[in-house]
Amino acid sequence: MIHSLFLINNAGDIFLEKHWKSVISRSVCDYFFEAQEKAMEPDNVPPVIRTPHHYLINIYRDKIFFVSVIQTEVPPLFVIEFLHRVAEMFQDYFGDCSEVAIKDNVVIVYELLEEMLDNGFPLATESNILKELIKPPTILRSMVNSITGSSNVGETLPTGQLSTVPWRRAGVKYTNNEAYFDVVEEIDAILDKSGTTVFAEIQGVIDACVKLSGMPDLTLSFMNPRLLDDVSFHPCVRFKRWESERVLSFIPPDGNFRLMSYHVNAQNLVAIPVYVRQNISFFESGSSGRLDITLGPKQTMGKTVECVVVTVHMPKVVLNANLTATQGNYTYDPVTKILVWDIGKLNQQKLPNLKGSLSLQSGAPKPEENPSLNIDLKIQQLAISGLKVNRLDMYGEKYKPFKGVKYVTKAGKFQTGKVVPKQSSRLLFDKTK
Amino acid sequence: MLDSNKDSLKLEAMKRIVAMVARGKNASDLFPAVVKNVACKNIEVKKLVYVYLVRYAEEQQDLALLSISTFQRGLKDPNQLIRASALRVLSSIRVTIIVPIMMLAIKEAASDMSPYVRKTAAHAIPKLYSLDPEQKDQLIEVIEKLLADKTTLVAGSVVMAFEEVCPERIELIHKNYRKLCNLLIDVEEWGQVVIINMLTRYARTQFLNPNINESLLEEGGEKEFYASDDDEDDEEKKAEAAALAKRKPYVMDPDHRLLLRNTKPLLQSRNAAVVMAVAQLYFHLAPKAEVGVIAKALVRLLRSHSEVQYVVLQNVATMTIKRRGMFEPHLKSFYIRSTDPTQIKILKLEVLTNLASETNISTILREFQTYIKSMDKDFVAATIEAIGRCATNIGEVRDTCLNGLVQLLSNRDELVVAESVVVIKKLLQMQPEQHSEIIKHMAKLIDNIQVPMARASILWLIGEYCEHVPKIAPDVLRKMAKTFTNEEDIVKLQILNLAAKLYLTNSKQTKLLTQYVLNLAKYDQNYDIRDRARFIRQLIVPTDKSGALSKYAKKLFLALKPAPVLESPFKDRDHFQLGSLSHLLNTKAGGYQELPEWPDSAPDPSVRNVEVKDSVPEWSKCTSRKERKEKKVEKPFYSDSEGESGPTESADSGNYGDQAVVALGSWNILKISKTHTHVLCASFTSDQSSGEEQKKERKGVKQRRSGSESESEEESESESSESESGSEEDSESDTDTRKKKKVWTHAHHPQHCHSQQFLLSTSVAPTSSPQVTPVNNFLSSSLASDLEGLSLTDTVLAPTTIAPSASVRMYELLHRITGEGLGVEYCFNRQAFSPDPHMVAVQIHFTNNTSCETKNLHIEEPKLQSGMRIKEFPEIDMLPAGESVSVVMGIDFCDSTQAANFQLCTHTRKFFVSIQPPVGELMTPIFLTENEFKKEQGESSHLHHQPPPHISSSSPMLK
Repeated sequence: MIHSLFLINNAGDIFLEKHWKSVISRSVCDYFFEAQEKAMEPDNVPPVIRTPHHYLINIYRDKIFFVSVIQTEVPPLFVIEFLHRVAEMFQDYFGDCSEVAIKDNVVIVYELLEEMLDNGFPLATESNILKELIKPPTILRSMVNSITGSSNVGETLPTGQLSTVPWRRAGVKYTNNEAYFDVVEEIDAILDKSGTTVFAEIQGVIDACVKLSGMPDLTLSFMNPRLLDDVSFHPCVRFKRWESERVLSFIPPDGNFRLMSYHVNAQNLVAIPVYVRQNISFFESGSSGRLDITLGPKQTMGKTVECVVVTVHMPKVVLNANLTATQGNYTYDPVTKILVWDIGKLNQQKLPNLKGSLSLQSGAPKPEENPSLNIDLKIQQLAISGLKVNRLDMYGEKYKPFKGVKYVTKAGKFQTGKVVPKQSSRLLFDKTK
Repeated sequence: MLDSNKDSLKLEAMKRIVAMVARGKNASDLFPAVVKNVACKNIEVKKLVYVYLVRYAEEQQDLALLSISTFQRGLKDPNQLIRASALRVLSSIRVTIIVPIMMLAIKEAASDMSPYVRKTAAHAIPKLYSLDPEQKDQLIEVIEKLLADKTTLVAGSVVMAFEEVCPERIELIHKNYRKLCNLLIDVEEWGQVVIINMLTRYARTQFLNPNINESLLEEGGEKEFYASDDDEDDEEKKAEAAALAKRKPYVMDPDHRLLLRNTKPLLQSRNAAVVMAVAQLYFHLAPKAEVGVIAKALVRLLRSHSEVQYVVLQNVATMTIKRRGMFEPHLKSFYIRSTDPTQIKILKLEVLTNLASETNISTILREFQTYIKSMDKDFVAATIEAIGRCATNIGEVRDTCLNGLVQLLSNRDELVVAESVVVIKKLLQMQPEQHSEIIKHMAKLIDNIQVPMARASILWLIGEYCEHVPKIAPDVLRKMAKTFTNEEDIVKLQILNLAAKLYLTNSKQTKLLTQYVLNLAKYDQNYDIRDRARFIRQLIVPTDKSGALSKYAKKLFLALKPAPVLESPFKDRDHFQLGSLSHLLNTKAGGYQELPEWPDSAPDPSVRNVEVKDSVPEWSKCTSRKERKEKKVEKPFYSDSEGESGPTESADSGNYGDQAVVALGSWNILKISKTHTHVLCASFTSDQSSGEEQKKERKGVKQRRSGSESESEEESESESSESESGSEEDSESDTDTRKKKKVWTHAHHPQHCHSQQFLLSTSVAPTSSPQVTPVNNFLSSSLASDLEGLSLTDTVLAPTTIAPSASVRMYELLHRITGEGLGVEYCFNRQAFSPDPHMVAVQIHFTNNTSCETKNLHIEEPKLQSGMRIKEFPEIDMLPAGESVSVVMGIDFCDSTQAANFQLCTHTRKFFVSIQPPVGELMTPIFLTENEFKKEQGESSHLHHQPPPHISSSSPMLK
């Protein structure tokens, strides 16, 4: 299925190649470079490129293009999903998935790729199995290795691959048995200029860090599972029990993993934690403009809003910004035309404000569109949907584990200031006649 | 370093070599030195040597052979993982000489104890196939063997091998189909994708189109629309279509259902490829009403990486063309964000355009308006085109859109204007008469717009509709003639066009101008333009040489052009299997397997039957098949329509008799050991004697009773044969089929007994044949509703519980498709039928699914067995569309389970229907205390002179 893989950095260097079948010359990547040039931005490179003899399916992640070469029919999502899995595995092993990290660990990368695919068909993609086969590099281990001459490759043969729970490695042992669950929710919202919600929804994930000995069988139940509208699970979750009882029953993989992701029913009104008053205007004459943004907390359920960052993509004609912020700092990058205002904690008493003038390119016509604001924020100890974990039970093992649940709310794609015509389009269109 | 004795040095060397390989540098010179280390003890060195070997073996075939013996030794290792890895490397070495060795190794591994080794063998199959396609036949044998494997580990890999080596050998799947369906949820995710895709193709060849009835009806409707000139013929066709639909009411194959049911949970998978695979399966295979479930899952994928979004949106775009309703509730999820990459924006736009309908168009247009202001110009252009498409598709908003687009003509951005011009041109072609204003407006624009495509469009418009703007057109031509030499080629061509058209309509004003333009074009650099000029001159300027053609010049140039059709690029893409590479590219990729069309008649479903009886899933399958069979017998109406029962099926039905007989025996034993089955017994015996005189019947009961009593502890073959003979006696005139049915009604009895066995938890001797037991178990559960009433006769239950059961089972009397919209169901409401205590009350529930009212519902021409009577329900005058009504009628089944046949008439049609009562519905419960019962029992077993009161068929106890 997957014939070869090339890793290409932003500069266009092929810094790693791996072939699972016979060797394909790296000149095949020329087609990719052609498409890349045409697309201008990395985001716009078509994921599937057709060449006379091959098909190139690529993803762009962490400033690296993963370009795979396909020769015959295969579901494109199959390849894309796999490539993302590879990238995640690198992240898991090396902490980040960068060119430097890959180059430093090229042998491990190669060994990993060898294990993940056999003849182009995925063989072992579960991190638990791979870690049993090839130990991730740590400083301590590399020191020990250099002294004792032992290797990164596991001496024991992987048994997890053979079991009925292929995601969990065998013989796990911890002195402190702990299971942590992070409920992370993101608000995706589009607000119009007056602050009315055009569109809002909540996406959530439950990430787990489970370090339990033996073969624990866990059951996680919620206070209000009805909130969850659409869910997807890690393969370890028993779907039947979710269907019948709305509880998550599973034998967890060892270590970090994403237990489930969910979508909260959009019918429930989404609480928007902040409000924004913005006024960005450009003057017809004098090639200048004014900017005035104020933020304030709205529905925060008594929690503090932290890590607030406002990003504005300015029109091309804006040369510079001369602003004053009552809280935090701002930066304006005249090349990318991005204004970033890092506010930090949102203060209830003194609302942060950013005010000042913008200088425009002289002679250029004034931009017709008001830029929209993207807002980033974080609220600790709150799941904005109100989702609550009820209890976690463990069966199959005798010890008492330490359990913990953490809630975080973040802004996902949170956009304000979108200009939406108030009236129906019919009226607006008609006016012009 | 490789020659060193120290492992650490070797390792260091190998690491450097592998790093070279990874960077794409040639390291083949080191081959001999590396191969030596293939037997190294250190695992990491060994692994790296393998990596190197697999990479370069093809180039250095002879040297690679040195390593083969090591792997052959590995294949015999007691550790399964070593065996597997040896096979893996061995099969990865692409050296033709070792093909026989590989073949041997694969065959051996395919029957290995360890599933992991078998999985590796499955992986090795395509490797060997690509190396030497001549081994195909042998490999297929191995695949066949591995397909029969029951472990989840192997399933995904072997199906992958199947797809690569012999996807056309679909018959290999038959025997494994049900197993694959049942294992699916436990297979690893990559295997799931491959299996689901393969099963989609399989299902397309083996099952009937679940939407067949709808498409037939649709066809009928279409025919009516087109063939309005000869109505008679049309009606005939319609009747034909309806008849076809009636003749073949669609019943989904249980295996088809199994596939849909087992894949559905996978929509919740975290793996986008799995979700997409299930989605395409549902799109291609599910009945229309069920496809909707995939929408939510697909929308979920839109929150994933942009590459995933790209692929999913492409597929959604195709789906929205066929099934718009599915995604309409999720409209907002396709709204575009300013941060989306352009290619995603354009795809979302495509989906939004496809979703546009009369109801949501205003929302969508409002959304589009905001997009026009975007800074991304390609996207703006696409939006304008999308508006154009909405305008063509939805007539009501055409004017609105046109006005909006004209407004855009004054936009400052030239690209926006140009795109608007192009779209307006297309829209205007649909109704040019009303829009001369707009054409004038556009004529003015020609001074400012520089984009060639837009200029060309304007010129074409003016030329085409020059009669609507007679004053402006020559003026435009004058201006154009001035700038001719500086224009782009496509503009020049349109200038020529305009000139020719004007010359033909208004030669007085434009003769000279045209001559001038043609002269300019004559010396143009582009040969297309020179050609065109020459061609036009010959046509329009009358010379002595120009012959017949110039007469038709006007017709040639000013012919009415058909309006362009703006349609989605995703139209008709669904003939490719969704989610496939070919679908995405809209061309056939290498190795793509066509998705076959539905067959006209279902191939024999029995090929999927598996003989193995020890595994549980197999049983549930078999029984589900039997369930269908049972339904058939209950409703002879349907069984007629499914004429083509395979040889195995008929054999099956032969067995049924046997099973019933054996089961009957067990029931008899039960009867003695358990108390209240007396009632059942009575009803059973009275069945036999339906149509006889009461006295005679009583005698018969007595006789049979005594017979059963005496034989009950023995093998009860004799009893069953007696009962059969009894039935023969009863219905001498009956045909053989009737007899079969008779036997079938007996088959119902054991069910009751068995569930009684459960309910009362008695220890009854098991049936004589263990094979039959599960069938009975199953049957008993399937007819649980019948038993609810029966179990009540138990004395342990308080009399208060003997209210009519709440969950009354509804039976179908007339399906809404066969009934042409009239659906009729009936149930036994288990209440006394007051007009006549001998009759059983049958509640009949009519539902009118048509769009017009049905009148005069009544019963005609009952065809009844002797002794049976019917009390018809009062005629229903009118049943409005969409309404339903219930009536109660009485039938005296005369204590038999024979069907009551009659005609159900409406004001237009008559339908033959029949009601066949389950035995349980023919009885009334009576209450006895334990003592009373014992007394009765004693009487019935010892004193045969007097019939026990509760089995006298003339009494209201047994109706």
